[in-house]
Amino acid sequence: MTDTATTHHDPLQEAYTKNVFGFWVYLMTDCVLFGILFATYAVLHNNTFGAPSGKDIFDLSFVLKETIILLTSSFTCGLAMIAAHRLETKKVIAWFCVTFLLGLSFVVLEVTEFAHLVDVGNSWEKSAFLSSYFTLVGTHGLHISVGLFWMIVFMAQIARKGITLVTLRRLTCLSMFWHFLDVVWIFIFTVVYLMGVS
Amino acid sequence: MFGKLTFDALQHDPLQDGAGFSMILGGLLIVALITYYKKWTYLWKEWITSLDPKRIGVMYIIVAFVMLIKGVSDAILMRAQQSIAISESAGFLTSDHYQQIFTAHGTTMIFFVGMAVVFGMMNLVIPLQIGARDVAYPFLNSVGFWLFGAASVLILVSLVVGNFNATGWLGYPPLAGIEYSPGEGVDYWIWILQIAGVGSLISGINFLITILRMRCPGMTLMKMPLFVWCSLATLILIIFAFPILTATLGLLSLDRYLGMHFFTAGFGGNPMMYVNLIWAWGHPEVYILVLPAFGIFSEVVATFSEKRLFGYASMVWAIVAITILSFIVWLHHFFTMGAGANVNAFFGIMTMLIAVPTGVKVFNWLFTMYRGKIHFTTPMLWFLGFIATFSVGGMTGVLMSLPPIDFQAHNSLFLVAHFHSVIIGGVLFGFFAGFAYWFPKIVGFKLNERLGKYAFWCWLVGFLTAFLPLYILGLMGATRRLDHYDPSTGWQPLFVIAAVGVLLISCGIGFQILQIIVSIKQRKQNLDTTGDPWNGRTLEWSTTSPPPLYNFAIIPEVHDHDPFWATKHAKNKQVAEPHYEPIHMPKNSSIGFFVGLFSLIFGFAITWHMMEISVISLIAVMACFVVRISENETDYYIPIEEIEKS
Amino acid sequence: MKKKIHFAFFTLLFSGMALASILYLLYGDIAVLNPKGIIALEESNLIIISTLLMLIVVIPVFILSFIVAWKYRAGNKKAKYDPDWDHSTLAESIWWGVPFAIVIVLSIITWKSSHTLDPFKPIKASTKPITIQVVALQWKWLFIYPEQNIATVNFFQFPEKTPVSFEITADAPMNSFWIPQLSGQVFAMPGMKTKLHLMADEVGSYRGSSANISGKGFAGMTFVAKSSTQTDFDTWVESVKQSPHLLSLDAYKQLATPSENNPVASYVLTREDLYNWIVMKYMMPMKE
Repeated sequence: MTDTATTHHDPLQEAYTKNVFGFWVYLMTDCVLFGILFATYAVLHNNTFGAPSGKDIFDLSFVLKETIILLTSSFTCGLAMIAAHRLETKKVIAWFCVTFLLGLSFVVLEVTEFAHLVDVGNSWEKSAFLSSYFTLVGTHGLHISVGLFWMIVFMAQIARKGITLVTLRRLTCLSMFWHFLDVVWIFIFTVVYLMGVS
Repeated sequence: MFGKLTFDALQHDPLQDGAGFSMILGGLLIVALITYYKKWTYLWKEWITSLDPKRIGVMYIIVAFVMLIKGVSDAILMRAQQSIAISESAGFLTSDHYQQIFTAHGTTMIFFVGMAVVFGMMNLVIPLQIGARDVAYPFLNSVGFWLFGAASVLILVSLVVGNFNATGWLGYPPLAGIEYSPGEGVDYWIWILQIAGVGSLISGINFLITILRMRCPGMTLMKMPLFVWCSLATLILIIFAFPILTATLGLLSLDRYLGMHFFTAGFGGNPMMYVNLIWAWGHPEVYILVLPAFGIFSEVVATFSEKRLFGYASMVWAIVAITILSFIVWLHHFFTMGAGANVNAFFGIMTMLIAVPTGVKVFNWLFTMYRGKIHFTTPMLWFLGFIATFSVGGMTGVLMSLPPIDFQAHNSLFLVAHFHSVIIGGVLFGFFAGFAYWFPKIVGFKLNERLGKYAFWCWLVGFLTAFLPLYILGLMGATRRLDHYDPSTGWQPLFVIAAVGVLLISCGIGFQILQIIVSIKQRKQNLDTTGDPWNGRTLEWSTTSPPPLYNFAIIPEVHDHDPFWATKHAKNKQVAEPHYEPIHMPKNSSIGFFVGLFSLIFGFAITWHMMEISVISLIAVMACFVVRISENETDYYIPIEEIEKS
Repeated sequence: MKKKIHFAFFTLLFSGMALASILYLLYGDIAVLNPKGIIALEESNLIIISTLLMLIVVIPVFILSFIVAWKYRAGNKKAKYDPDWDHSTLAESIWWGVPFAIVIVLSIITWKSSHTLDPFKPIKASTKPITIQVVALQWKWLFIYPEQNIATVNFFQFPEKTPVSFEITADAPMNSFWIPQLSGQVFAMPGMKTKLHLMADEVGSYRGSSANISGKGFAGMTFVAKSSTQTDFDTWVESVKQSPHLLSLDAYKQLATPSENNPVASYVLTREDLYNWIVMKYMMPMKE
């Protein structure tokens, strides 16, 4: 595990592995954060205080749409990364644009779902269950939005600088982030929606 | 646009006004001095934009000292109030003000003294001890520090603008919820902790990767100095625990800002959930504070006994055991919440288990001294003071880990005396030992030993005088956080003794300030010309004092523990012709400072519900990172000629 | 010589402080160590036993520190210097093993006592228990006697040598119900019901307070728990029943508004399920 001092080591190569490892560790902390939100949801999801429960408000077909969109976006992100390792700049930008559009659709769908709930009076202020639902799902949506923002920033950078060791490293971190959010969504889909409706 | 902020926020009672004014005056004085001596450019170039962990470490320590004085001032006010407040009108502080003071005292000490010395020491010592030139992410190191700086400024601002949290340093709802605490106090506290917490997490990740990936050749994990091992354990705790704090405070802020019901008393909320979550962070936090101190003591005891640390492997396993156990004991902070006998007993037993590895460490230190040649320098005195105070603290801790005993001690002054025994005896004495030990290395001259010893004795005797009465008071039925009490309780004489203790501690701090001033004045007589003033054992003592920017001209290669000791006593001392290469170093960056600045604005704005300014400052923080990502030349090479010169 | 004087002075100072503290604990008016109820008595015994068990390790640590620090000081040429000796399996076994054994003993004690002294566990006695419902308010304590249909504020009376069964809640932030001379404490939380059981050995007035901060007036939340003979208790109940103050739901809502330093008050309870109403108010939207 030690850093071998060869006669001429490349700081950029070192930075690549170090940064990716560090980003991994950051993702683990994000995992703990989501874990707390899941634990809170688990404790509070039955505390409806007379207001609607999951069964009453979840629409599984809608959620299925969101899930397919997000899973597809993970796939296209993977395609983008393959192109990146092949240094095919144009393909990288193209596939990330597709990923971006899919991610954006996901966010729009989710915001629509939330707006609808608030409109009919089932906002987060009504009960602990609704608070924990909006927060868990909303935090995931917020992470997706941040990912979308970084996609734009990186695409601009790739367009200017092309695929270098530095930009490749940053894309790697972004794709790890994106896949991580996909995994979190699968848990949300299962724990919140599937188990909530049964 | 100004949210809840009005001119009323500047209205305080005379005492708060006085404190606020003196703080502002002090700040203005410092600004005036820097301007007079024309040091702004120097400060900007050499310190504020520096990515050198040695510089960042010093800045952490300076903030820690300032905050220590603030925290002890809070303590003096509390002890003064409690020694005279035998009725509600007898004290000089209102209940509300008193409650803000003890909340600020706890918050300041844990986050702005405790965490500051932890990261300060890591910055100063870890790269040197592992034979590295820098940390893994120098830019993020700066960001982490300036986020911490922003939070420190925000807590000082809360002294002048509006009121602070008055619900205790952990802010339990429903009391800290919007219904019972509608003001800005809890919000200040939430955002201060959130900003500081993110800083801690970033720095935690940074040093974890540094230790795992940047050790010099030959330094396997089992050859690292104990301070690095203890830091590694601390970092693992930080990485798992701080996200819990971020999430929990986030949930509380959602309750307060958006009317959610996580921890409200009604609408299905569950305040007990908050207690569990905050202590799931809180217990690892106290080990985060104390483990580096254990590491410091391992270094100090070995060096000043001129002997190898006894039982290296045992010490490492003890640290591992403590780290793992610290995740499964959190419920002992609320045995009285009614979880039932089985749950209480389980957590009680897990808690008392921690005493075993901790005791192992104490015995290993004592046996390091056994058959050694002990020098009673200031660091060694701090260690002995630690043995005395920490043992009492540890014993009372194990006492309270029995739930039925805790039912009589919880939230009493017995509890308060316990945690001060372990925090002051462990964390603070450990820091003071490390400060005296590594000061010559970082600054280039030694501290005045005599004043250091005076400071130590004032602190030790002061501590015992201040806290032994508190153990007794707790057993007499005195709870914590009382701003007045009835004289028929018979508590007053003990409170007066405790107040004398705090005054003695203040004398200790006075001696420490004097020590620094005198040492600076006498620095020419106490120069550390060899780089090894204590006949040290580990790699940092092989550099000059202070070390060059890049720490090591040639990355060392090690074969054993105490590599520098081995080099000094090696049979064949081959002095090979050094072969230098250009050294790759990061350039300075002002972006960390701006991240801190915009975070400060964000923290203040969102506390006062100034939503537009909050959003804009948050965007500004993001923009800082976008700028950094777009920068082309963030590093440079130090040429061979410059290395040969120094 | 100077070092010896220093050593001796500080040894005496610290021994003096330790001795003074121990003497104060033995002879002062220390509530937790001078229990007047069977629960507090068992808790007090636990404190003493556990402390003695731990001193088995702590006293040798102190003695060892003194001896080692003195004998192996650099100035002592007579002491052996063994700079590379850093391992001893025997020593390690002792200081891993002995504390571990003590922790095992303490664990068994912990398991047992956590069950026997569980605040939720009723006390078995020959006399019939009485029930008192406790409500922590801002910033006073309300005591409801469901069997006698009376209620009091900041004071309650009960017969000696009789098990008292408390049901505890709050209509306020989290508090903690604590009468140190009679038993340990338990939290009082809104929307939750906790329990505490105790029994007084003799007649007397015992100080109680809240042990968890609940706002501005928290320090004033003291109350008196008075144990008396059975006949005195019956007389007292009768006198409270003559009280002109009635505790209806409206009167309760008035009482529950924030106030500090409330004097002792007595009520006749006219709303019989008041305690349950207070608890349920937080659990679901309530009609009156």
